[in-house]
Amino acid sequence: MKWFNKKNIKMIILVLGTYAISEILIKANIIDSYIEMNLVIIGINIILAVSLNLITGFTGQFSLGHAGFMAIGAYVSAIATAKLGLPFIAAILLAAVSAAFVGLLIGIPTLRLKGDYLAIATLGFSEIIRNILLNIEYVGGASGFNDIPQYTTWTWIYFMVVITVTVIKNFVNSYAGRACIAIREDEIAAEAMGVNTTLYKVLSFIIGAFFAGIAGALYANYFYFIKPDAFGFMKSIDILVIVVFGGMGSIKGSIVGAFLLSLISLLLQSVPEIRMILYSLILFTIMVYRPQGILGDYESSVKLFKRGGKLNVGNQNK
Amino acid sequence: MGKLLQQLVNGITLGSIYALIALGYTMVYGIINLINFAHGDIFMLGAYIGFALTTFLNMSFIPALVISMLSCAIIGVVIEKVAYKPIRNSSRIAALITAISVSLFIEYVMMYFVSAETRTFPDVLAGKKINILNGRVILNSKDIYIIIITILLMIMLQYIIHNTKIGKAMRAVSLDSEAAQLMGINVDKTISYTFAIGSALAGAAGVLVGVYYNSIDPLMGMVPGLKAFIAAVIGGIGIIPGAMFGGIFLGLTETMVSAYGNSLYKDAVAFAILIIVLIIKPNGLFGTTAREKV
Repeated sequence: MKWFNKKNIKMIILVLGTYAISEILIKANIIDSYIEMNLVIIGINIILAVSLNLITGFTGQFSLGHAGFMAIGAYVSAIATAKLGLPFIAAILLAAVSAAFVGLLIGIPTLRLKGDYLAIATLGFSEIIRNILLNIEYVGGASGFNDIPQYTTWTWIYFMVVITVTVIKNFVNSYAGRACIAIREDEIAAEAMGVNTTLYKVLSFIIGAFFAGIAGALYANYFYFIKPDAFGFMKSIDILVIVVFGGMGSIKGSIVGAFLLSLISLLLQSVPEIRMILYSLILFTIMVYRPQGILGDYESSVKLFKRGGKLNVGNQNK
Repeated sequence: MGKLLQQLVNGITLGSIYALIALGYTMVYGIINLINFAHGDIFMLGAYIGFALTTFLNMSFIPALVISMLSCAIIGVVIEKVAYKPIRNSSRIAALITAISVSLFIEYVMMYFVSAETRTFPDVLAGKKINILNGRVILNSKDIYIIIITILLMIMLQYIIHNTKIGKAMRAVSLDSEAAQLMGINVDKTISYTFAIGSALAGAAGVLVGVYYNSIDPLMGMVPGLKAFIAAVIGGIGIIPGAMFGGIFLGLTETMVSAYGNSLYKDAVAFAILIIVLIIKPNGLFGTTAREKV
């Protein structure tokens, strides 16, 4: 295992090159502030989708509570920067660690559940988090948290996306990641092969929550205003839709999905009255005609050997 | 004592409505293992149909209720045929997102046609107040109507499920749809009937909510839909008495939390109960544990 190989060097040059080009375009005002804002949103969505993909796509644990972790990250970072005056990097780390810690607390009891029940329990936890935030006056309650310093820049977003994708891609290709995929394929078989299923399920949950916390911190410090309602049930669904649209268990898919869905919602902004109607129709059409997502089955070569392999989550044993 | 009794009445009324919606969730889940997120929106459609009938056609309460239930039954079957039939064999997550897209579609189509504003439901039930215990408990005649109608509908449902052929078919399909098919049961027809009955109950709940709270809007189905779903899970999803119990239990808990605690935390309490039930008894209070097979 040589880290400093040709492939990695190529990747680093590509990543830095893209960044340099984007930075030049921003400086030259070819990318104006409107496009930049949308790029920031896409970046945050990529972090959220890739981290949820680890939980749902790779480990097969159906979570509907990702917005809850994002909310924790956003509020922790908001408190750290606006009230305690910490530097942004410390706030991001604090946000991520807090979200990961909550992920641990939630993960240990709920990951015993499977399939739809796990989905409902995670949904319940994220609603509880939102409800508690609504009732804390210190963070503004229902009216929201105002005047958060705007630290998030395109540079932060870009490199956080790169870090998220790199870490999760390497995690998936590690021993632990293989264990997670084994759990998705067949939990009982994985357990019989000596995989500590609880450990790896909780681990993937914590890592997912960690990056969702980062996404929350970036979000809070970009829009300088957050309120609990922004992290409701629909936000979790939006993230899940990106993951499924892009293809479960495909990191490239999540990135492409975040781009395409943002593009769709941008295009639909010209028809505000029927925007949501068209959005729901597009969603429906994709689910009926391509339920595995645009890049589904692309990265998971394991699937090829499973006849009639379905990309389902949880146990669907009959 | 007076306050407690008053809250009990309020709680049972709210709980009856949750129970009516929860029954549809539980029946659909029992038969095709799908969390029908559009169910809360059928409840909303029921309220709007009731509103249109009573406001524009000056119908009285009972005919409006019956017509609204029938229309909702038809809408439910159409949704099943158009949206859920193509995805019956796809993955759980695809089915779930399809259900959500159907829910969004109904909500925003309604919003497009009837506008997002809240409408006032006409007062079709004369609100007579009955004082008990020297006026410490006020029993509104609407409460009594809601409770009686709920009980009647539940008795009818129990009769349909246990004493008719289609009820037997439903139970068979929910137990094992392949075996039921081999025994000559028309699975498609049974699923359609299930959707029809569940949606009719949601429609009834919609009209009752309209009458009780006097206001309706296109997004009114979201929160009660989620709550009713919690109720169904607490009782054990797929189990009909469980949904009834879960609904009443949740309604009572919510009113008690609002009355004696902090009303802002009532949603959190509902979800906390859900999680505790799921962790201790994942199949719900009325559910039986199924052993996992390899």
